[in-house]
Amino acid sequence: MKTTLTINGASYELEADSRTSLLDALRNHLGLTGSKKGCDHGQCGSCTVIADGRRINSCLTLACMMDGVEITTIEGLGEPGALSPLQDAFVRHDGYQCGYCTPGQICAATAMLDEIKAGWPSVVTDDLTASPELSEAEISERMSGNLCRCAAYPNIVDAISEVAGVNGWKEAAE
Amino acid sequence: MTIHQKMDAPDRRNRLDDMAQGVLSTPLDRPEGPLKVSGRAPYAHEVQPEGMLHGFFVRAPRIGRLVSIDDSIARGTAGVETVISGPKLIRNPAQGTANSAPVQPDADIYYIGQPVALVVADTFETARAAAMNVRLDIAEADRQPVNPTDYDSPEDQQSTQGDLDGAMAEAAFTVDRTYTTPAHNSAAMEPHAAIAQWDGDKLTVRSSLQMLKYNRNEIADSLGIDPANVRLLSPYVGGGFGSKLGIAPDAVGAALAAKETGRPVGVVLSRQQVFEATMRRSETKQRIRLAADADGVLSGIGHDAWVSNLPDEAFSEPVTQATPFTYGGVHRQIGHHIARVSRTCAGSVRAPGEAVGITIFEIAMDELARATGVDPVELRRRNIPEQDPTSDIPFSSHKLAEALDDGARTFGWDDTLPEPGGRREGEWLIGQGMASAVRVNALMESKARVTLQPDGTALVETDMTDIGTGTYAILTQLAAEMLGIDAANVKTMLGDTDLPPASGSGGSWGAASSGASVFLACQGVRQKIAAALETTEEDLTLKDGRAIAGNRSIPLSEVLDGPVESEGHIEPGDTGDAVRQATWGAYFCEVAVNAVTGETRVRRMHGTFAAGRIMNPKTARSQCLGGMTFGIGMALTEELMHDSRDGHIVNRDLAEYHLPVNLDVPQITVNLLEERDPWANPMQVKGIGELGICGAAAAVVNGIFQATGVRVRDLPATLDKVLAGLD
Ligand code: FES
Ligand code: FES
Repeated sequence: MKTTLTINGASYELEADSRTSLLDALRNHLGLTGSKKGCDHGQCGSCTVIADGRRINSCLTLACMMDGVEITTIEGLGEPGALSPLQDAFVRHDGYQCGYCTPGQICAATAMLDEIKAGWPSVVTDDLTASPELSEAEISERMSGNLCRCAAYPNIVDAISEVAGVNGWKEAAE
Repeated sequence: MTIHQKMDAPDRRNRLDDMAQGVLSTPLDRPEGPLKVSGRAPYAHEVQPEGMLHGFFVRAPRIGRLVSIDDSIARGTAGVETVISGPKLIRNPAQGTANSAPVQPDADIYYIGQPVALVVADTFETARAAAMNVRLDIAEADRQPVNPTDYDSPEDQQSTQGDLDGAMAEAAFTVDRTYTTPAHNSAAMEPHAAIAQWDGDKLTVRSSLQMLKYNRNEIADSLGIDPANVRLLSPYVGGGFGSKLGIAPDAVGAALAAKETGRPVGVVLSRQQVFEATMRRSETKQRIRLAADADGVLSGIGHDAWVSNLPDEAFSEPVTQATPFTYGGVHRQIGHHIARVSRTCAGSVRAPGEAVGITIFEIAMDELARATGVDPVELRRRNIPEQDPTSDIPFSSHKLAEALDDGARTFGWDDTLPEPGGRREGEWLIGQGMASAVRVNALMESKARVTLQPDGTALVETDMTDIGTGTYAILTQLAAEMLGIDAANVKTMLGDTDLPPASGSGGSWGAASSGASVFLACQGVRQKIAAALETTEEDLTLKDGRAIAGNRSIPLSEVLDGPVESEGHIEPGDTGDAVRQATWGAYFCEVAVNAVTGETRVRRMHGTFAAGRIMNPKTARSQCLGGMTFGIGMALTEELMHDSRDGHIVNRDLAEYHLPVNLDVPQITVNLLEERDPWANPMQVKGIGELGICGAAAAVVNGIFQATGVRVRDLPATLDKVLAGLD
């Protein structure tokens, strides 16, 4: 079936099986292989993209349902020579090793910071009615849907903390 | 020109310390980083040729013998091109360095989840749906039991020194305990995948592999073709941790399907298939016996291990690998026992042997510390041997004492040995735990080519892989250092069998082995420059694009009238046996155990490690973070569960096999000690990829004991086990 997808500001005509997930549409049909498949079941976060400003697992989303939705993938956040601040911080903090979970981590982090700004609480937020504080614990909790087997977690938290300007972030304090 | 070195004698020249560029051993960002963070680094399934077909495997739902396959519905499905089955499909991945085809079982089904047919269609969706419609007729057959029952004890894997029973009888303190660890999965985030394409007799496979030199022969042997006709590409590998040491069913399936259809074929294992049809770490049962005097000094050590694997697999989890040399004690006994089972193949998962062997040994050492009342750090210090106590050879270098001291200081270790359960914050019981880290060190044959251009740019070429280990970074830095140029002017090409064959990534030997080949190739280039300047390589300084000899300083563009090329070839030699080579470290952690739920949270964790010269402290530290996080998983959550009725893996996905997530891991700290080990290789570099897991879980489990008084001897220390002891 035909679907019109808006990805990173460009329009794509997709002619694909109705069973095609957004992730497989990106990877197998549109040549946008930056979004990764780690599990295909919403269990790892490697396929995270941003849809109308919110992070979603593209493997759990059928492509044909995304007509009219603004989708941002890792390719749309920046490119070598013009990286986004988070992408750049991931490089400097070694917020990856093999790099396979990384596009998902960065898409998730990009949207996650907006969630904190919008005042969404998390399980580690003490006061559910106040605005959540930017902290390492908030970042760590909110990034826990993105698995990294290489286990760059401490570096991922450092990279995001630096970009978000977490109070007392260690190198900023030096 | 090839510079060849066989490590038959220690290399004490420390040539790298004479270099002047100052880029090696700095925390250089990974050169491939911008590609990775922008989604532009192509992994195995990401360069899809025009017209590529998709393959999806059909799994065997029971053990036995395949009588027939009814694929009529699948073949009748629009878009399906073919269904591949038969004698060439492989039963399971090749073991590391196998260099030949794994078992090709034809109709025999040895474990549940064995790939028995590959449905190939124009789209992934069609292939996957059609695979569900393949009917298998499977008959009973004589197979190994699904649960380990009968164990073989291979003679060459048992050893006895002195009289352990006597030592146990006379000791002031003893520990005699049996422990278990469950099976584990590497769970690299990139599933095993391959795209195969034929051009006449020539096969090209883009796959996710760790050791291309061996993998090429494994594929060729599986297909019955000449390895010279196989080209493998693995420029980016989304994690391996042992699971991609050998070729897996995807590569062989894709190659067969591409041959039959005449079109490129891509095959990705589903996450469930990764769990079932690649490798697991064997479960282990381990009996540890320790005999010690009143001061905790060991007189005897016993370590028996029971593991399992499929029939006809040479690999047997080398649980006791580091036991012969880690601690002293004249009376020693080691036993190794293996059961043949009908379960998913057992193979290498990060640090085969020490990952579970040292972990359990270090839990037993904690029990000895408690029994003797000696502080756990001090207990280990007291038992560091002068030389390898089993083979009576010296250590090439020994850093355990220094790591223990540095780690304890950095962590703020409380050596008063507080009573278990003595510290409470609300619902949480707080404790500290520690363990030693030990891993054998190895060197493997490796080759590389380095080309320096007059414009001061260089190219490093080898079929080595970077599986997240930092190979691109360290080889780039190494060449930049030795050739005296900016790292930005070095291009490192990896993961292509058209390039000189390397050691591959595994056994923590990658940096040392492939690094040494690049080191030697750079030496060759330096010799040529030196000859042009009528000086010697030793008297030549290369820095900032200039060659400096005596009182002359000349830009490379004036020294070279064309590209200068050399190959480097390193081979292991007598230094492997003349001394005991190992890497060392120590872990410290603080845990909080919930007194109501039994949940354990790791609050702080620190590791100090020594692994020879550190080529890049940023990527080396990341390797240690990764290892220690594997350790947290091993301690608290990771456990492959086999159904005791048919052996199948019950929790074969990432929702049920619990990897540590971000919030499970504290802001771990790592210290790396300075070390030069001349016995290792001409760079004095040792392996660091696995050291971080070799005992890490013990620090957590020992911390739980300190917090609660509950000793978990059956890993992982899940809530139920802790709670049962809490009363
Ligand atoms: S691939 Fe979508 S969550 Fe894992
Ligand atoms: S960087 Fe390898 S899984 Fe995260």
